[in-house]
Amino acid sequence: MKHMNLTRRSFMKITTSAAGGLAVGIHFPSMAEASVEGAAAEINAWLTIDPDNIVSIVTPQTEMGQGAFTAVPMMVAEELDIPWENVRHVYASANRHVNNDNLYTTTSTGGSTTVSRRHPYMMQAGASARERLRVAAANRWNVPVDQVTAKQGWLTTEHEEQGTIQGTYGEFAAEAAAVTLDEEPAIKAYGDWWLLGRDVPRLDVPLKTNGTATYPIDVSVPGMVHAAAMACPVPEGRLVSYDFEAVKDMPGVIAAVELQQVKEVPAFTDLRSGVAIVADSWYQAQNALAVMPIVWDYGRGASISTESQMAEAMQLISQPGALVLNEDGNVGRRLDRGVNHDAVHGIIEASASQVTGEVYYRPFETHATMMPPCAVADVKDDRVDVWTFTQDIARSLNEVADQLGRGTENVFLHQTYLGGGFGGGYNMDVHRQAAAISAAVGRPVKVIRSREEDIAQDSQRPPVWGTYKAALGEDGLPEALVTHFVGDEKFPAFSQRGVANMPYLVPNRRHEYSAVQNHVPIGYHRAPGANSTGFIVEQMVDELAQAGGWDPLEWRIKMTEGNEPWQRVLLAMKEKSGWTTDMGRGEGMGLAVVASHGTVAGCVATVAVSRRGQIFIDKLDFYINSGYVINPLAAREQAESSAIWELSHAMFGGLVIREGRIVNTNFDSYQMMKMADTPPEIVVHMEMSEDQWWGGLGEPTGPPTPPAVANAIFYATGTRVRSTPIANAEL
Amino acid sequence: MSITLNINGQDHLIDVDPQMPLLWAIRETVGLTGTKFGCGIAQCGNCTVIVDGNAVRSCNTPVAAAAGKAIRTIEGVSENNDHPVQQAWQEFTVPQCGYCQSGQIMSAVALLEKSPDPTDNEIDKAMAGNICRCGTYPRIRAAIHRAAELSKT
Ligand code: FES
Ligand code: FES
Repeated sequence: MKHMNLTRRSFMKITTSAAGGLAVGIHFPSMAEASVEGAAAEINAWLTIDPDNIVSIVTPQTEMGQGAFTAVPMMVAEELDIPWENVRHVYASANRHVNNDNLYTTTSTGGSTTVSRRHPYMMQAGASARERLRVAAANRWNVPVDQVTAKQGWLTTEHEEQGTIQGTYGEFAAEAAAVTLDEEPAIKAYGDWWLLGRDVPRLDVPLKTNGTATYPIDVSVPGMVHAAAMACPVPEGRLVSYDFEAVKDMPGVIAAVELQQVKEVPAFTDLRSGVAIVADSWYQAQNALAVMPIVWDYGRGASISTESQMAEAMQLISQPGALVLNEDGNVGRRLDRGVNHDAVHGIIEASASQVTGEVYYRPFETHATMMPPCAVADVKDDRVDVWTFTQDIARSLNEVADQLGRGTENVFLHQTYLGGGFGGGYNMDVHRQAAAISAAVGRPVKVIRSREEDIAQDSQRPPVWGTYKAALGEDGLPEALVTHFVGDEKFPAFSQRGVANMPYLVPNRRHEYSAVQNHVPIGYHRAPGANSTGFIVEQMVDELAQAGGWDPLEWRIKMTEGNEPWQRVLLAMKEKSGWTTDMGRGEGMGLAVVASHGTVAGCVATVAVSRRGQIFIDKLDFYINSGYVINPLAAREQAESSAIWELSHAMFGGLVIREGRIVNTNFDSYQMMKMADTPPEIVVHMEMSEDQWWGGLGEPTGPPTPPAVANAIFYATGTRVRSTPIANAEL
Repeated sequence: MSITLNINGQDHLIDVDPQMPLLWAIRETVGLTGTKFGCGIAQCGNCTVIVDGNAVRSCNTPVAAAAGKAIRTIEGVSENNDHPVQQAWQEFTVPQCGYCQSGQIMSAVALLEKSPDPTDNEIDKAMAGNICRCGTYPRIRAAIHRAAELSKT
């Protein structure tokens, strides 16, 4: 833990850039974050102002389509008070960050936190720069600082003799760089904003309409060769031998490089045992790798399949599981509300109105980022340069240094655009592969994963099974409820989030958990946990409502009484969605609400099901309570994006494992949503509580979408779809 | 083998395996990286280019099959990023991660050249080979209609 006894001022770092502009580095702990994390988080932001009043703002987070490269500059520009046209985005230097005591605090990009958790120090950077510009102007004009205003890039004062005096920020930037403030200004509160809260088109859009945005796969270094790598097709397995002789004369082939795994079971980002072929072109490398004889030791995974995990899960779920008190396994807030864990089974058994749920199931899903994982590494004796697929440039830089057994001083990991992330950029070893191969062949190298290798080796979203048992009271509401969810052994939290701590308060409540054997690596997958558990909980709720004679919307309103963020969403649905459970034969409306990343997101789905069982999703209507929204346009785009993302898995996805291998490793067998499958109408309503907070928006509309659709299918057909892909359901 | 590729109106004499997919010739040999690799099996559309007026998946087109034909890539859509499709894409802020968008734009350009005012059905069909993992489909659809409008004026 870092010590906290420094004043804000002592964290200020000020330098004048070569161009004579103002370079501001601000370094101070954010109380908001520190209290969230329970540890002192060091915070930083960085900006330069050119003499021509152009402001370049650094974003330590990565841009993967979620809008970080716009959101971060917006937050800084809000406080700096500079016209948006004057704002430029610049990449952060991971090297500078890592070698300066985590200058930017964190470069991690995930959990929908770029705005929700990082805004205090980003806004502070802008405010601090603005105040120093005012002091610089006051000094030059010889007036008190409170008579200098800073607005839209202009510093202005009304001088007693000279009248109005003005200058641009750029004119005062160099002087401002030398200013030390006695006290840091407070950041603006909601309501005082001029830029935040407005629709701002994302800055990177034009680069992405003419092919000029650069992704790791587009990076080229003089003398670069290309590599195709392969790890054991059964995860956790290891390379035994390979026969390079058999392929070494194939066109373009240069070398084979063995990839050495250090740990018995590699963590997320450790290099996995495997082999790579290096060639003049990637096509040649991939061709040679495809035919090179390789012997693997498959390990324990070879006996695991979708069927074996299913059988094990069904067996586990029929018995009591381990008691879980909340998603982290700690005593949670539910205990404060008088939840009686131990008596629950007895109450249900003694009850005259029991409800016994069937088993729900969500299979493995994969990230399949549109750019397959790729990295370029140029390892030289005195310097290492890397471009890679990562959602945390600093962590990947440290891992490259670790891989090469070097210090971090001369390792440079460069930001690029990412072809999607969705959590997949946290679980990669592709940068380690590139570094290891470049070091081995002494040349810069680009490693591209084939789509098959990507899906075979990805850190997947785990499967989840869930069921429940309840006893209903006289009012038809549950008096006692046991949920039992089965997840995978590697990441239990992902099969429990949102279940043990669901917002529906049942007087006697118990949540149990079991885990199946699993060799497949597990990773974060956009709205991890909530994406699978929401499908189960929100259909269970509909079943409980139905069993108790309640309308599913009224049931939810009743069961979340006093929970204002949920009430706001549910009441908005009631008021605006035209809610009904009776649309007539073949049509149905369903709803679901799931909270994740500090945001409550509700979905009302309207579907039609043809006589032949074909499903048409006519409309998705979202009600989102996320607290502050700094860019409603980008927020709506993210809401649409996450909904389609998760609907894609629910309708068409699902990985299949046979003899330990993932079978459907490309888009012919792992299907995705296309244009024609996309609901023609998607409406996003922002329903903000008056007492606002900072919630995330990159993920939360995903989880409620599939259960809303499944509930709608139930009202259209009377058939409950308890597993995905929904497209396979017999209707 | 020596092959001449005509890309965006310019001839490139390259020496490659005639079976090499056009995608890698465009990206690695000629060095135009706007065209992307996504699946390699003609399922995602990231690699879409226009060959003699038709949207084609370059990842499963042997380079020899494209020799002598007029190939258009994202780099050749316009000089100044202002083709009606590009304008509409910007107006509707279509791209998220952007990785699929070169392919989406090429499919849309080819569609509009054949059918200047496409129906939703025609759009569904023409865009059926293009996956967007970020789910920008609603904006792509709106932008195609908008591009059709812009092309008329
Ligand atoms: S890369 Fe050609 S269609 Fe996917
Ligand atoms: S914009 Fe990311 S895949 Fe389409």
